[in-house]
Amino acid sequence: MATVALSSIAKSFGSTKVLGGVDLEIAEGEFLTLVGPSGCGKSTLIRIIAGLEHQDGGSVAIGGNRVDHLRPHERRVAMVFQSYALYPHMSVRANMALPLTMSRLKLWQRLPLLKLLSGQRREVMRGIGADVDAVAAQLQLDHLLDRKPSQLSGGQRQRVALGRAMVRSPDVFLMDEPLSNLDAKLRVHMRTELAELHKRLGATFVYVTHDQVEAMTMSDRVAMMDSGAILQLGTPSQLYEKPASLKVAQFIGSPAINLLPATVAAGGRLEFFGRPMALAVPAAQGQTVTLGIRSEALSLAHGETGRASFSARLRRKENLGSEYILHFDLAGHTQGVTMRATPATAAGVNESAEVMLGFDETAAHVFGADGDRIEPRGQAGAIGSVVPLRAGA
Amino acid sequence: MTLALTSPAAFAPTARRRFRIERFTGLGFALPAFILLLLTILGPLAVLLLLSVTNYEFGGVDMDWVGLANFQKALADPIIRRSLVNTLLYVAIVVPGGVFGALLIAVMVHRRSRTRSFYEVIYFLPVTSTLIAMATVWQFLLHPSLGPVNGLLKWLGFAPIAFLSEPSTALATLAVIGIWQLLGFNMILFLAGLTAIPRDLYEAADIDGCSSGIDRFLTITWPLLGPTTMFVLVTTMITAFKIFDTVAVMTRGGPVGSTEVLLYNIYLEGFQYFHTGYAAALTFIFLAFILVFSAAQTFALDKKVHY
Repeated sequence: MATVALSSIAKSFGSTKVLGGVDLEIAEGEFLTLVGPSGCGKSTLIRIIAGLEHQDGGSVAIGGNRVDHLRPHERRVAMVFQSYALYPHMSVRANMALPLTMSRLKLWQRLPLLKLLSGQRREVMRGIGADVDAVAAQLQLDHLLDRKPSQLSGGQRQRVALGRAMVRSPDVFLMDEPLSNLDAKLRVHMRTELAELHKRLGATFVYVTHDQVEAMTMSDRVAMMDSGAILQLGTPSQLYEKPASLKVAQFIGSPAINLLPATVAAGGRLEFFGRPMALAVPAAQGQTVTLGIRSEALSLAHGETGRASFSARLRRKENLGSEYILHFDLAGHTQGVTMRATPATAAGVNESAEVMLGFDETAAHVFGADGDRIEPRGQAGAIGSVVPLRAGA
Repeated sequence: MTLALTSPAAFAPTARRRFRIERFTGLGFALPAFILLLLTILGPLAVLLLLSVTNYEFGGVDMDWVGLANFQKALADPIIRRSLVNTLLYVAIVVPGGVFGALLIAVMVHRRSRTRSFYEVIYFLPVTSTLIAMATVWQFLLHPSLGPVNGLLKWLGFAPIAFLSEPSTALATLAVIGIWQLLGFNMILFLAGLTAIPRDLYEAADIDGCSSGIDRFLTITWPLLGPTTMFVLVTTMITAFKIFDTVAVMTRGGPVGSTEVLLYNIYLEGFQYFHTGYAAALTFIFLAFILVFSAAQTFALDKKVHY
């Protein structure tokens, strides 16, 4: 167990700036996920923590000590790769034992022929064997120890890669998209298994993924990255309920958040589809802002007060079994909206029927022209804790 | 519709007939390749075998059946024995030098990023040039009095060495030239093998504690180059066993037979003395060696390199 502290990490590949001064504090035993679209710099960041890549500026500290000058294996971190990176010519047992043979045997004790001269070698190897067996038992790999990686299924390889990481009992586990090569069903299963493993080991996990579902389901905290900077750092629910910017709102949540334009009228009052809302924002009159409304915040409108409404035409119903996703077209808009509905509600709406949709105004997220979140007046007290983290700005 | 469905069934061949048709089709497809094999390899081999049991001389009008006399003669001939020993000695120098030298160069060239193609071209040049032409250059370089190599030796205070006219050094000198010729090609093969090793593995090894070059080489590079190494080993062995051109151009088997090699003797018997029958028997012995080499290599190494 150890903390990981990154301070103003910068990295460029040639003329391409990949990371622009990232600050991040990861607590002891935390499960922190770096999430973002591909090319956002999340993989580079985890590789810098591992020591596989060297930062151009800033420093990395693990357990309070700066590790910038240390080689990967000296940092007491373990890494699970997207491709698993198992040694194809070694058995599962040898794969898992490698980190231990490297640390417990001296160089000459590992060299061919010369190793036969060592008296202690057998003793050490026995100890390594016992440790490997213990980890293998934890991961239910005992019956696969003599197989080669090519004889294993994707899920089994994944577990061997985990075992190889665990066997050294590192302070920090680094995982670079470890589930993306698995099929959908196995991925869901491994999500649970990883989260449980984290709880059992109590080690610090840094997890990279482009899948927001993985980020939401497993993490203690999520750092949403884009263009080499952390856009927002917070718990999964903070990111979902109070997205700090339009990009975060769009990335987190499935189906994607609905975005609709509104204009600022006199006194900061918002005007939505030509009708005034109760919502007021600290913005100049005449400005256009974007309202972000989650699909579950929408419902069929029956002319209640305190709710904004607009008319839409049903394009398609998507049946998920327990609920429906209704896709609507809006007159004069290229982007439609999606709404979650119970089967009963969905049955009441006919295809291509024109209906009124409404939402509770307090559930709407307001984003300015620059994409930053604007807190509506009179609600400012409710937000408090979420401070958008804009590194490099 | 019903008709279309039932009629094929009515005319469908029995299982046995279908099996026979499939078999003939298969043979039909294999036939062209087999004919080609027969004409280009098996046929000439049969002719060779036939000649090796006769006393046929090139241009002669008749020949006699001599049985295994040619083979008996060859095995008893001290010149042939010596040339066989020389050939094996040459192979024993060229194979380790040509394989491990190329591996070393490949590993070093592989790490260069910008200058890699430059080194690749440099090391590959000897492969593209004809050895006969390059032999002239070597002859000049190694000349006892005019050559720059001996010039350097003299400058360093050593006695000059007559590399190619001294019986004790001639074969080794030819072997060095042989290695020089082979390095580039073997290097390219090893480079291809190195490129195929995923970078992830080195990174995983780095995290697992393989920090030194030796550890990385022994844990990842060497085992994963297994298939490449096997191929390079077999081809180098066969190429080395076929040594002929440098001997023919530079030493003609001398001095005092110290560079007589098997293929050169076959050439002498067959094309200089016109003992075609005897040369055929020698060629058979030569082929038997090559076959044993490749078979032994393949079986011995195949078990180790598969993963």
